[in-house]
Amino acid sequence: MSLEVSMVKITIDGKYYEAKPEKNLLETCLSLGIDIPHFCFHPAMGSVGACRLCAVKKFRDKDDTKGRIVMSCMEPVTEGLIVSVDDPEAKAFRASIIESLMTNHPHDCPVCDEGGECHLQDMTVMTGHNYRRYDFPKRTYNNQELGPFISHEMNRCIQCYRCVRFYRDYAGGKDLNVFASRNNVYFGRHEDGPLENEFSGNLIEVCPTGVFTDKTLSKHFTRKWDLSNAPSVCVHCSVGCNTIISERYGSLRRIMSRYNGAVNGYFICDRGRFGYEFINDEKRIKTAQIRSNKDGIAEPVDNERLFAILDQSLSKDKNIIGIGSPRASLESNFALISLVGRENFYHGISKKEFLLTKTISEFLQNKSVRTPSLKQIEKADAILVLGEDLTNTAPMIALALRQATRNVPDEEAKKKGIPSWNDAPLRVLAQDARSPVFIATPFIDSLDVIAESIFRATPQDIANLGYSIAQKLDDRAPDSNTEKKDLKDLAGKIALSLKNAKNPLIISGISYGDEAIIHAALNITMALLSNGSNVMLSMVLPECNSMGLSLLPGKSFEDADLLGENKEIDTLVVLENDLFRRADENSVNELFKKSRQVIVLDHLSNRTTQKADILLPAATYAGSEGTIVNNEGRAQRYYKAIENKNQIKESWQWIRDFIKVRDTNHIVSWNRFDDIADSLANELPLFSKLKNYMPGADFRMLNTKIPRQTIRYSGRTAMNANIAVSETKLSQDHDSPLAFSMEGQPENPPSSLVPFYWVPGWNSVQAMYNYLDEPGGSMKGGDPGVRLFESAEEGNHIYFKHKAQITVVQKDEWLIVPVYQIFGSDELSSASTSILQRIHEPFVLMNKKDADIITVKDGDTVQLEILKIKLKVKVKIGKSIVQGLAGLSVNLPGMPFIDIPGRGKFHKL
Amino acid sequence: MEIPLTKNIKPGLVAYNLEDYRRDSGYSSLLKVLKNMSPAEVTNLVKASNLLGRGGAGFPTGVKWSLIPMDGDRSKQKYLICNADEMEPGAFKDRYLLEGNPHQLIEGMIISAYAIQASKAYIFLRWAYKKAEAGLRKAIDEAYKAGYLGKNILGSGFDLDLYVHSSAGRYICGEETALLNSLEGKRAVPRTKPPFPAISGLFGKPTVVNNVETLSWISHIIENGADWFKGLSLTGTGGTKLYGASGRVKKPGIWELPLGTTMRELLEDHAGGMVDGHKFRGALPGGISTDFLIEEHLDVKMDFSTVAAAGSRLGTGTMIILDDKTCPVAFIHNVERFFALESCGWCTPCREGLPWVEKMLASIEEGSGKMEYIDLLKFNAKYMGPGNTFCAHAPGAAEPLQSGLKYFHDDFVKHITDKKCPWR
Repeated sequence: MSLEVSMVKITIDGKYYEAKPEKNLLETCLSLGIDIPHFCFHPAMGSVGACRLCAVKKFRDKDDTKGRIVMSCMEPVTEGLIVSVDDPEAKAFRASIIESLMTNHPHDCPVCDEGGECHLQDMTVMTGHNYRRYDFPKRTYNNQELGPFISHEMNRCIQCYRCVRFYRDYAGGKDLNVFASRNNVYFGRHEDGPLENEFSGNLIEVCPTGVFTDKTLSKHFTRKWDLSNAPSVCVHCSVGCNTIISERYGSLRRIMSRYNGAVNGYFICDRGRFGYEFINDEKRIKTAQIRSNKDGIAEPVDNERLFAILDQSLSKDKNIIGIGSPRASLESNFALISLVGRENFYHGISKKEFLLTKTISEFLQNKSVRTPSLKQIEKADAILVLGEDLTNTAPMIALALRQATRNVPDEEAKKKGIPSWNDAPLRVLAQDARSPVFIATPFIDSLDVIAESIFRATPQDIANLGYSIAQKLDDRAPDSNTEKKDLKDLAGKIALSLKNAKNPLIISGISYGDEAIIHAALNITMALLSNGSNVMLSMVLPECNSMGLSLLPGKSFEDADLLGENKEIDTLVVLENDLFRRADENSVNELFKKSRQVIVLDHLSNRTTQKADILLPAATYAGSEGTIVNNEGRAQRYYKAIENKNQIKESWQWIRDFIKVRDTNHIVSWNRFDDIADSLANELPLFSKLKNYMPGADFRMLNTKIPRQTIRYSGRTAMNANIAVSETKLSQDHDSPLAFSMEGQPENPPSSLVPFYWVPGWNSVQAMYNYLDEPGGSMKGGDPGVRLFESAEEGNHIYFKHKAQITVVQKDEWLIVPVYQIFGSDELSSASTSILQRIHEPFVLMNKKDADIITVKDGDTVQLEILKIKLKVKVKIGKSIVQGLAGLSVNLPGMPFIDIPGRGKFHKL
Repeated sequence: MEIPLTKNIKPGLVAYNLEDYRRDSGYSSLLKVLKNMSPAEVTNLVKASNLLGRGGAGFPTGVKWSLIPMDGDRSKQKYLICNADEMEPGAFKDRYLLEGNPHQLIEGMIISAYAIQASKAYIFLRWAYKKAEAGLRKAIDEAYKAGYLGKNILGSGFDLDLYVHSSAGRYICGEETALLNSLEGKRAVPRTKPPFPAISGLFGKPTVVNNVETLSWISHIIENGADWFKGLSLTGTGGTKLYGASGRVKKPGIWELPLGTTMRELLEDHAGGMVDGHKFRGALPGGISTDFLIEEHLDVKMDFSTVAAAGSRLGTGTMIILDDKTCPVAFIHNVERFFALESCGWCTPCREGLPWVEKMLASIEEGSGKMEYIDLLKFNAKYMGPGNTFCAHAPGAAEPLQSGLKYFHDDFVKHITDKKCPWR
């Protein structure tokens, strides 16, 4: 059946249109470019018909001249539908809605953070309401203190219910609700306190007015029109959500979600939104520093002297080693490879992480399995999460799973004639029915509430469960050797559920450092493939470019040939990497000790930068252009919003300059970013798809570059008056098609180059409609990013042998397993002041009975002894944790590297 | 004149118990249904009787039942709900039936549940009806013990559990879908329709919601047939109606009369006419969410269609009378204040329009009103009209307002020009 056959013909204000019958009238009009004001409808959340703003006139037939008012968000698109948006009565009614909302909305736009990007302002102008006729006092509320991320100003509320629908229904939050009734309804918490949900920041964008605003922005507030923006990609986990980063006066002011229909859609998590503050941090490395002797103090050095020193030390015949990073771009890592040679390039991750990531990335490249985008995850109808605490390691995958749980009940609803946009009836009909989700994790998981079955076990048994599932799906797959009946029964149930699903999804990852879990997940996938299943496999990786790094040549820096005694190192170049987070202190110290010269490029001071003989200030992602590859193998490019001042340079530029020092023949002549991007695509075949995938620096629209600033950007002639009275010359961006200017064509640049959303009449994020093919659909011209590998041709499935690592735990010992935290376990975001306020002090999670054995209570401090390291940690009692197992919070600021899972002992203090 | 619904109700005497009810041939209809009738036959008989819902909207009961999917799968959960959340000022007809003859309702509910093959039924009761609640609980207990409720009722294989749920006390819970949300433990906000409760009702299952008076009719229709029922009314619509009158009348009260009795007969013959020294100025014929009727309408027959033709609605049939010693502005203000307080806060016209209306009326009544308020009140009455709002709450509130502005226009003007209430 062709697409045309399924379309219906409708009439809007006398014009004929073809429309999709599965959409409602409001969505249809918005995708046709017909503006209909609205509040409560949101493409990701559907329609509920509360605000009544999207009223239009509907006519029975051609002879009906009177018509009746209907809400376009609640109106199915059917063959022959006749409506009028411009009908005078409908228009007047829409203006009346605004008038009555304005009876209580304060006229505080000048002091409201939303002003200038306020959906309510836009809708007020769009409906034409102006003079007020209401002459009574306005209703007022008390506001709440909602934590470090979000400010609350309830008087501005227009009761569209979007906040609670997002927070509760969409994101599964519990601590925001609507209280009271009539014109006294209140949206807030039951009492003051930080909003607990990991996606609370989206309230800022979901709220059509200034009730929920960005508290981190208000600390250095700038109007939207005064921001200079760039399309970026989040660097705080492996999912690769698209973001818009915004600058003023050289500091990053805020992050908003950038729409990508295949990845994050409309939303991002709080780590991604509020983790930016480290960029403006005082601890940023801003100047090059040099340490004359190993134990001396590093001192600032100017470029002339710096290069004089580099000239001496980087001459060709010396043994240079490069350590790359999973949080640096492909290009920066590639530049380092070019400097040191493939054989001298090491991945700056532990050996364990290196091997596990490699296993995953090779499997995804070589097997006929689909690795899903977030959008495809949302379409799954049976899901197994094998050993990954998604809410903390890949939050947006957790959010996508919550949406996927609706697929099975929504199919039922379809049979009863309830369309997929009609949100409230879908939820009423579904009640607690969900697509089957199975969660197998060691500790209490935020996703437990959506699970059909929860399997709480040690990593070993989680792997065993996985092996058993694979075996039940295919006899040829090795079974686990466990005799546990409940495990086997559950494996049977999960196998059946996955087998019967149309779009089964397996999610796993490396956060428990357990090869057996990964092998088990891959076995299940292969077993499903051999059943002819349309299975999807999503593997969570630790960092934003873990996948990209795994596709580059090299070994782990923990490899024997680097750490071995015979290796002589003249110069060690460490790229954006704190090696003390990667391996135990002694071996890292050894490495530094035997390196005659250590050059470190990074943003923030850390233990590795403190060891540098030459420390160079590297621009963060906000001051760089680069490409990173997310966990599905999607390469995405980010652009700078901040111009690098003084000595700060992008890492690839620093390394290019090293190459120039070494390579006097100038074989490498990377003048612009495009040059290094081309070299990468040419030299490494895996990245050949990246060639020309993005418009280069020469790209022009109407002969101009794409402006980073809105047409109303103010202060250009005055903002540098403290430096020079005459207007300073505009900075040039030679690397990208974006300009540090408000001049140019702001509307509809290529989808991956959208620096902000704005079209006349739409100043809020809702302007996004004009950039999409349809609400909730794809970006016009296709969603950003290029997938480096699609599923390969059917290959042989050779199952991984059963090999559960058995950690023998002695009496008085516990098996210590890592616990990840959305706020705290990521290095860079943890240096942001707002995030810092949400980071727990180091803790250990354990069973009540185990706590009784060592006679401690919840909240007590104990000493944990593990691998000769002694740590003071808070005890947290967790329900349903297997006895003998304890979870240790890892990677929190100030914590040493601890190679777990491993055995540990507790000492009461 | 037959008064089937109330003939056994003796106000002031001890409650009518199971023994009394059975003596007056109670539960014989149930026995008849379970022995001799299929669910479809019951529905068809009720359809044929043209019993119109007594909750206010007058939707045909049999038609409502026939919307329930009866695809033969008895294991599918369905629900029957009795809407006993009589919260409207001036309405007390359901209370009369609940307190006076609970078994009549219970028998009707068992038969109705059988017709739609529901195995669970709820009585959603107004929070303040404590006496009715006690009576219902006792009667349900008796019915369980006698085998009319529970598993395998009277050996028929039909199971039904019946529960009383006392509401937390919001007017909007009387709206049938807000009632469902409330019963599920959610905010009492009306639901999107379609889907109607017959497709997705309580807990997403097929559900019928009927009024107390409607359900109380079922056993009588089974016993006496559709033609008998139709013959009871004066207008052919079917049945008698519980009519009420409150206000400055000599004998306020409630009477079961043939459907189609005129307002004049109600007022003069049954309510005893106006209290001496008071003159009739108008009435809300069917409760506070209906348009005013005035003296010229006194001979209108109180039937669904004829009251509608006169510009109002039969509603609950409980008339509130406005006399000449009562200020119409204060009267309407009181009504609108109630509606403003009881808005659920879901949709804009109701949530924002009603408080504005209420404030303007208060201001006029206190003598500080402005002349432009009259137009603004008219504007709001239209703004809150049917189709513009999510449910019928605000359109109901608009009815006494718009008709009050029409019939008592001069009184509004006088308040404003004199800067005081003439009745104060």
